Amino acid sequence: MDLKRFLKILCSLELTVVCLAFAIILVFVGTLAQVEIGLYAAQARYFRSFVVLWNPPGTSFQIPVLPGGYLIGGVLLANLIAAHIKRFGFTKKKAGILMVHAGLILLLAGQLATDILQVESAMRLTEGQAKSYSESQRYNELAVLDTTNPEYNDVVAVPEHVLETQKAIHQPNLPFTIQVRNYYPNSDPQSRRSSAAQGTQGVGQRLEFVQSPRTTRMDARDVPAAELEILDSKAASLGTWWVSPWLCDEELFPLVLDRADPATRAALLQTQSFKIDSKTYELSLRPRRIYLPFFLRLLKFSHDRYMGTDIPKNFASRVQLVRPATQEDREVLIYMNNPLRYGGQTFYQASFDKRDPRVTILQVVRNPGWLTPYLACCLVGAGLLYQFLTHLIGFVKRRTA
Amino acid sequence: MKKSIPVILAAVLAFWAASGLRTPTYKSDFNVADFGRLPVLLEGRVQPLDSVARNSLLIMRGKQSVLLDGGGQLSPSEWLMEVTMKPEIADDRKLFRVDHPDLRGMLKLPIEGQKYFSFNELKGQFEEIEKQAKRADKAEAQAQTTFDKAVIKLYTGLTTYHRLKNSLRPEVSDNFSQELVEFQKLMVPGVAAVRLREAGKDYNKEDFDSFLKLVEVYDFVANAAYPLVVPPVHPDVRRDAWSNLGTSLLETVQSGQIQPAVTWYAAMITAYRQARPEEFNRALADYRQWLGANFGRETSKSKSEFLFHNWEPFYRCIVLYLCVFLLGCASWFGAFQLFNRSAYYLLLVTFVVHTSGIVYRMVLEGRPPVTNLYSSALFVGWGAVLLGLILERFYRDSIGVVMASALGFLTQIIAHNLSLDGDTMQMLRAVLDTNFWLATHVVAITLGYASTFVAGFLAILYVVRGVFTRSLAESTGKTLTRMVYGIVCFATLFSFVGTILGGIWADQSWGRFWGWDPKENGALIIVLWNAIILHARWGRLVGERGLMNLAIFGNIVTSFSWFGVNMLGVGLHAYGFMEKAFFWLMAFVVSQLLLIILGSLPNRYWASWRANHLAPQPHPA
Repeated sequence: MDLKRFLKILCSLELTVVCLAFAIILVFVGTLAQVEIGLYAAQARYFRSFVVLWNPPGTSFQIPVLPGGYLIGGVLLANLIAAHIKRFGFTKKKAGILMVHAGLILLLAGQLATDILQVESAMRLTEGQAKSYSESQRYNELAVLDTTNPEYNDVVAVPEHVLETQKAIHQPNLPFTIQVRNYYPNSDPQSRRSSAAQGTQGVGQRLEFVQSPRTTRMDARDVPAAELEILDSKAASLGTWWVSPWLCDEELFPLVLDRADPATRAALLQTQSFKIDSKTYELSLRPRRIYLPFFLRLLKFSHDRYMGTDIPKNFASRVQLVRPATQEDREVLIYMNNPLRYGGQTFYQASFDKRDPRVTILQVVRNPGWLTPYLACCLVGAGLLYQFLTHLIGFVKRRTA
Repeated sequence: MKKSIPVILAAVLAFWAASGLRTPTYKSDFNVADFGRLPVLLEGRVQPLDSVARNSLLIMRGKQSVLLDGGGQLSPSEWLMEVTMKPEIADDRKLFRVDHPDLRGMLKLPIEGQKYFSFNELKGQFEEIEKQAKRADKAEAQAQTTFDKAVIKLYTGLTTYHRLKNSLRPEVSDNFSQELVEFQKLMVPGVAAVRLREAGKDYNKEDFDSFLKLVEVYDFVANAAYPLVVPPVHPDVRRDAWSNLGTSLLETVQSGQIQPAVTWYAAMITAYRQARPEEFNRALADYRQWLGANFGRETSKSKSEFLFHNWEPFYRCIVLYLCVFLLGCASWFGAFQLFNRSAYYLLLVTFVVHTSGIVYRMVLEGRPPVTNLYSSALFVGWGAVLLGLILERFYRDSIGVVMASALGFLTQIIAHNLSLDGDTMQMLRAVLDTNFWLATHVVAITLGYASTFVAGFLAILYVVRGVFTRSLAESTGKTLTRMVYGIVCFATLFSFVGTILGGIWADQSWGRFWGWDPKENGALIIVLWNAIILHARWGRLVGERGLMNLAIFGNIVTSFSWFGVNMLGVGLHAYGFMEKAFFWLMAFVVSQLLLIILGSLPNRYWASWRANHLAPQPHPA
């Protein structure tokens, strides 16, 4: 195809209509797919992709069936820009259309930036508790803590996907190797049916983990578990340990504890640690932490319900914000539809703990592009209004003339 | 004379519509209306007893009134008086609707015929119903079978009924006033006897036993009673701290003072049971006077809500829209001036009724017009009628009135069916509790729905008139094209701005501008579809008929976004799964597809084309 024809197609309205039609099909199919595969998987497969692949049942090959969100968005963007360069001049009559399209470009670009740059996490605080980190709701990390010094801990964090892909993990600053014996992306704890294998340490003597299917529900998350064997520098085994957010996450751990019998409770309440070269290490698989240069302390969490019902009326968290570096220290009230924006992060009143009325859950989002939709909305709204009002005024004039 | 007919017609029907704004008459010596107006607190909001009765009846039988065996009807308030005061009569009323064949089988009810059953007819089966309902309730909503849902519904109805029976008096007491006098007398010696017994000393066994017997009954009532009927003692501290009858009586043991509300209710009940209307009405009037002095705001609010429910503005709108539709259609077949003007004036009247109904609800709730699916249906209709009136004002060709009345009628029917689920003025969950976003995002989105439907229905008029009648002249076709185009522009503006505002709201409340939530996607699809129509038109990819077919497809797109996404059972916005609604949605989609097929028929099948020998403009190559 020669360049001229290509350019002609690139800035044609036909291409716009085709792209929009594909966008509708994609959004529709992607919405229906959420029922089957869950919101996150559907997003990745349909909207955050260049092509949507389909795996015919019973086969192993994949065929592309639809253009993905990135491809459609990209082509639309190119189409829009090309059309403006080629066809539209800067006339007063077209000013509205120009504003609409500028707003759309800003919106699409802003959403792409958000897609790439946005980091979401959560901060769970009990009244009186202070934290200088938030935790990811999606990703976990294997944390190896060197607790030898009572003053501070040294942490080595290994992302969860390493457990999934590697059999052995060796970190240069750790004097041992971690062998991944078992890894389950989603798991359930249960009491041990048989006696523990030789060398099993920690809670593994009382509990074992079984694999469960990955969740597709919006309101649930996968809780992984891994069985790890520690080998010292001479490749001698120190035993195997089970690690899982079930054993350390503030929300999940109480559930496990409640279900456990007294002996298991005792085991659960002990830290899983081992000694090597006179140093003490602790193991845990925990939600990935994002550290902040300041901390928040929850002073008071209020959760009103409508009289005589369980319908939540209002949640509000009064927190103390302390930043040692700048000696900033003030109180903030975070409530529904009124987040705290601070230090590039935004803290939202997201949820509460059904079991503990003193616990607040804040959603923590870092999104450098958060302002773009506001600007885009103003631009497009004003552009559409200008364009249609000029039409309407002309029409009314003609009718009444 | 001929000119004044439309005005007279509109005036007569306006009078009929306004005539509901007065106290309804009851064939009873008891002051039913004032009883129905009494404020209580239920589901977190102050409401009249009449609303409690209506919503309870909806739960039990899906209708707001009770049919009597000998013909005639029992109004909700009259029925509630029976249930709370003379349940021995109410127990025989046919209240509970049982449809599911398996459920009827299990309960050994007749397979055919009778649909509604009384409390007494189901009495022997309570244990079985409770067992089945509790089992079914453990499963998630999507895993429940129709039998599970039916048994849960019946169980909820029976529980509600049982709770109502114990709301104004303990079911077991016959003369409640007398009992309260005894309770008051027993309080001091009774408490003393309990203390002595606890301390292991001698106590008066008679005082102890009779006191404890009453306390046990009130404790049972505290757990069973449904609405909170006793206003708070210290309204200046917490105005919403109402309590139910049982709780209030148990608190009396501490305070030593029976609440005035309880005493008046007891007086009313005793008088009702002894068939003494004067005494009943006197106690009721005294209580209302006391309420007016101490709880003025609540009393007038529940009085207004009582009037609103008895006025039934939206039911009246259904009737009026039907009249407008028939008049509007008639105008295309003769006597244009007469029918067109009649339809137009009557549409104006109906619009005023519809608007008043919505404004009335807004004042009652203290909210912007759209707070739930029910009110969105009311508002979609309202927006469509407003657009129709504007179109009619400019074009005077009955197209505006026919489209407006058709959409007004349909959305009122949808709203009516949605109202059968129960209270339509529920309190809003914390995240929705923001009048700013409800007033901007929700209103814009809903107007977007309304205008997309308007474009779609104008297109339907084009196709139906073109194919089946000879009334679609070339000029009419051109006019309709201009209308559809203009309305699509309007729809694009509202749905786009509404969608983006929704994103901004989401960004404000949980930090995610766009989360690909089904409801968001539905809104996005409408925006994209309107954009397609506009671009296809600008690029001359479609002609007149193509535009119409695209606009009709817009109806499908909008109905999916409005209702379809709620049926997916996923997403933060989902309102709940609705099976019956799913059937109707599918029926609507099929009907629209059929219309698109009609719209695509070759010219020779179009009656109007044959009549004029003139095809609507073919699309320019």
